[in-house]
Amino acid sequence: MAPPRHRDRGFSRRIQYGLFFGYVAAAMGVVAGIALILIARFDPTAFEGIKGLALDATTPVTKLTRPIVRGGGSLADDIGGYFGAVSENKRLHAELADAQRGLIQARILAFENARLKRTLKLVGDQNRPIVAARVVGSDLTGTRRYVILAAGSADGVAPGQPVRAADGVVGRTTEVGAHAARVVLLSDGSSAIPLRVVRTGEAALGEGRGDGAMEIHSTVVGGPGFRRGDLLATSGVGGVYPPDLPVAVVTGTSGEIATARPLAVPAKLDFAIVLPQAPVPPPVAPPQGHRR
Amino acid sequence: MAIIESDLLGQPSRWRLQAIPVVSTMIGSGVTLLPFISTAPVLPPFGLLIALGWRLLRPELWAAWVALPLGLADDLITGTAPGTAMTLWTITFLGIDLVDARPMWRDHWLDWWIASAAILFCAFGQAAIGYFVAGGGALWTMIPPTILAILCFPPIARLCALLDRWRLAK
Repeated sequence: MAPPRHRDRGFSRRIQYGLFFGYVAAAMGVVAGIALILIARFDPTAFEGIKGLALDATTPVTKLTRPIVRGGGSLADDIGGYFGAVSENKRLHAELADAQRGLIQARILAFENARLKRTLKLVGDQNRPIVAARVVGSDLTGTRRYVILAAGSADGVAPGQPVRAADGVVGRTTEVGAHAARVVLLSDGSSAIPLRVVRTGEAALGEGRGDGAMEIHSTVVGGPGFRRGDLLATSGVGGVYPPDLPVAVVTGTSGEIATARPLAVPAKLDFAIVLPQAPVPPPVAPPQGHRR
Repeated sequence: MAIIESDLLGQPSRWRLQAIPVVSTMIGSGVTLLPFISTAPVLPPFGLLIALGWRLLRPELWAAWVALPLGLADDLITGTAPGTAMTLWTITFLGIDLVDARPMWRDHWLDWWIASAAILFCAFGQAAIGYFVAGGGALWTMIPPTILAILCFPPIARLCALLDRWRLAK
């Protein structure tokens, strides 16, 4: 086939000007696009309004198609469940008995904990959730990792609030529309969360890797380090995330760095709870003295 | 050629001629709204694929600047930093205009090569801009959807051709 000759100038002035205008508009558009990217880089909150509007406009599609997709997905699970039902039943019974014993122990500890806190007059535990909402979707193409929550500023959600599910911390809100909000997952490349190793109490920092896992850095030099299966919880240092929420479990270690898998699996989330942002401590005053 | 002749004889409405390519591209961008939840990118960028399909099938259909609003819509629907797809798609379309100006023989295979180059450029451009705007993110997670996108291009081009027949039908 011969190449298309659609951009030939010909002799018509009108066509020539039209083509020229098209290229000028495209070039100006590229410049404008680069300007938008620069604005997004240096003022991350700049496009909150329009992104919130777009979120409100597109979330109904996700909400409407959700029952269809969920139905199909769980059907496969249900059929698979028939195979090996007996052995699974036995295993679950054993696990349940084990969990009952653990639960009784935990209740005793919770009571003791509350009593001790009362004796010490410890405050700061009034963390009433803002709203519990359905998780309706996520980004399936780009490099950023987030989920969309069916609650927005009309329900009291604001940017920067921590979000948790029953299993653990999910992430925190970024863009908020009137009836939908975007939650950046812990595994997103831009998120970081101060943690504590439950076994040793060692402080650590969790960073998203962008592929569903987190990278855990120890903030203590020569500490006890990580072990596979270590549970990580929020430390509450630096505000934003309230302390003592379960976050992740260590899946592999290499020296002072560990890989962890978030406990709240985004693909299985149904509901998530938005918590108020824990108070952020005021910034430290700049050092006094002469500058040389 | 048969299609163009029928086009001259019985004119479908102007609105239909213009709207079908634009709406199909935006529906392609909207595939990401399906309520699956994943921790890694799993789907190819259908918006880009359909836009490329139309651009390579009907070069005279769109002026060079049409990628701007289409890209902006894609940015807003998928939630990437505004300006990402807008810039990358427009640069891609201008690049295809340059390729069109070269006198060479065009066939389906060459279209596929051009589309592959465009998909690679947009995928890694998007990753680079994402890294610049928000930081972080593993690059390797982009590789499977990009390969999938390149493999998806021929069926998408077929889909665009089907839609084009329907668009020009009397």
